[in-house]
Amino acid sequence: MEYLIRFAQVHETFRQPEIQALATLAGVDLEIVSYDDYSPYCIVKLQDEAAARAIITRSILAKDISELWGQGTNYEGLHAQVHQRTQHRWTYYREKSFAFAVDTFAGKRSQSKKSEIIKSFAYMGLEGPIRLRNPDEQFYVMEEYVSDPEASILGTPKVSDPRKIFMGRLIANSNRDIIVKHDLKKRRYISTTSMDAELSLVTANMALAAPGKVFYDPFVGTGSFLVAAAHFGALTLGSDIDPRSFRGKDSEREKGEVALMRNFKQYDLESKMMDLFSSDLTNTPLRNCQLLDGITCDPPYGVREGLRVLGTRDGVLKEPRIIDGVLAHTRPGYVPPKKPYGFEALQKDVLEFAARNLVPNGRLAMWMPTSNDEAIEFPVPMHPNLEVISVSVQYFQAWSRRLMTYRRLPEGELSDTTQGRDKTDARGICADELNSFRRKYFTRNGPKPENVELAQ
Amino acid sequence: MKIITVNFVTCAVKECKTSPSSFPLHFHDAELELQEVDFQPEFIRNVIPRIDWEGLRATANELGFPSLPESKPEGEALNNEQTLKDLHRLLLETQVMDGKLVCGNCGHEYVIKEGIANFLLPSHLV
Repeated sequence: MEYLIRFAQVHETFRQPEIQALATLAGVDLEIVSYDDYSPYCIVKLQDEAAARAIITRSILAKDISELWGQGTNYEGLHAQVHQRTQHRWTYYREKSFAFAVDTFAGKRSQSKKSEIIKSFAYMGLEGPIRLRNPDEQFYVMEEYVSDPEASILGTPKVSDPRKIFMGRLIANSNRDIIVKHDLKKRRYISTTSMDAELSLVTANMALAAPGKVFYDPFVGTGSFLVAAAHFGALTLGSDIDPRSFRGKDSEREKGEVALMRNFKQYDLESKMMDLFSSDLTNTPLRNCQLLDGITCDPPYGVREGLRVLGTRDGVLKEPRIIDGVLAHTRPGYVPPKKPYGFEALQKDVLEFAARNLVPNGRLAMWMPTSNDEAIEFPVPMHPNLEVISVSVQYFQAWSRRLMTYRRLPEGELSDTTQGRDKTDARGICADELNSFRRKYFTRNGPKPENVELAQ
Repeated sequence: MKIITVNFVTCAVKECKTSPSSFPLHFHDAELELQEVDFQPEFIRNVIPRIDWEGLRATANELGFPSLPESKPEGEALNNEQTLKDLHRLLLETQVMDGKLVCGNCGHEYVIKEGIANFLLPSHLV
């Protein structure tokens, strides 16, 4: 059976991977028949209504899904297909209360034209009461005025007729409303690096968060990803090298609890918080075995938050010091020394950690920034035990960030990593030398050092 | 820090990870608190295979809880509601608010303060 997904026209490269992930989670077969980044309408094949419902009720980037009753490039074609596909079913809907709506994308219809369109479906013989709120059946006519994406970017002249028309019966609405509830503006505890609600929820979907699972974020910060995973029912575990990030300042805390818990309380998710602890991914206390169902993270980029791991800058191990007769590192308030760390090295560590600690088919969803001037062929970090499921991009002015989703392969299967990035870290001890993204980010507007030399 | 997390961690020092005496970490001066959490049987069923049962028995013993069965509940036993509820209480509702976790191999002490364990190592152990 064919179904029509209506997407929100945002984060386009995340939309297909999200519904594919949700199909995997629901254990249903999904075939994408037609999809276009420039259009909100996507036709898919699914075995039944239950499968459609299972996928879309958890989706963040879809708005809803309808049973496709017909499509065409004009109304004659559309009506002919509606007849052919659904004529035998009309009597079933005859007495039901119903609503009929016209939705347009990149075009407009006057109210009178809309009712004219609706009336053209009179042959279906719907005699039930019209109910705009909570009808038994909701029917949609969807018109799309863009069909040539390249031309539309260049600015095609406005067309008066739609280029594609769909007609369908609504099956289910998505989980998109939750974005408003999770909006960072209304969240109790956030910081400059909190991930926005929409993309946090999408990240949790990519990693297949669900009841009964354990989800971990090794760079937990204010807990954006854990809140999202908890919303979908997973129990969550978080750690950070800087405990102040989740603990908050005294003014941000309540009743001696860490500030991050205020977010879980806000959404009634306290039962989904497993634990928070201070640790460094390169010296993790987690046992070396398959403990986790999902890892979602946005490692620090070294721009707003410095990228550091435990250790000393000169690489020389310091002997334990004694202050007032006690070992310094056992005194309250002891802060262990940290050193700047390479960005590529950190990502490699995350992949190795994921390969060690995820259960088979468990997922890692990791964000990573790239400057827009980097080669078009973007090398994805890879690991033989992890299969790359999807790579999605969010563009900004001078940089972009990518969400990479991996699956932990069962033992005995290996992924092809030949296309992966095989770059070792730059040598150096200061942040700019170690982190090419940071360097590019801060020098993009100014002359590069070598240019300065040339000018002199 | 919940007991389930105690079962998931060992000493953060790399050399200790391969030593059997580093797991489980041992409690010193543990202050316990019971915090009610919604009962989630599917979670318990899902994580039981990942629990190190010998380690959990040792931890429960150190904290003075009634001793656990000798072998890990499997198969039919995981449908017994009372078994799941007992494990839920021990793994998710029992919290260590203050105290120390000590590695049996290197002796390093990890401090737990206000329910948060600190696994950051001083530089001579990194």
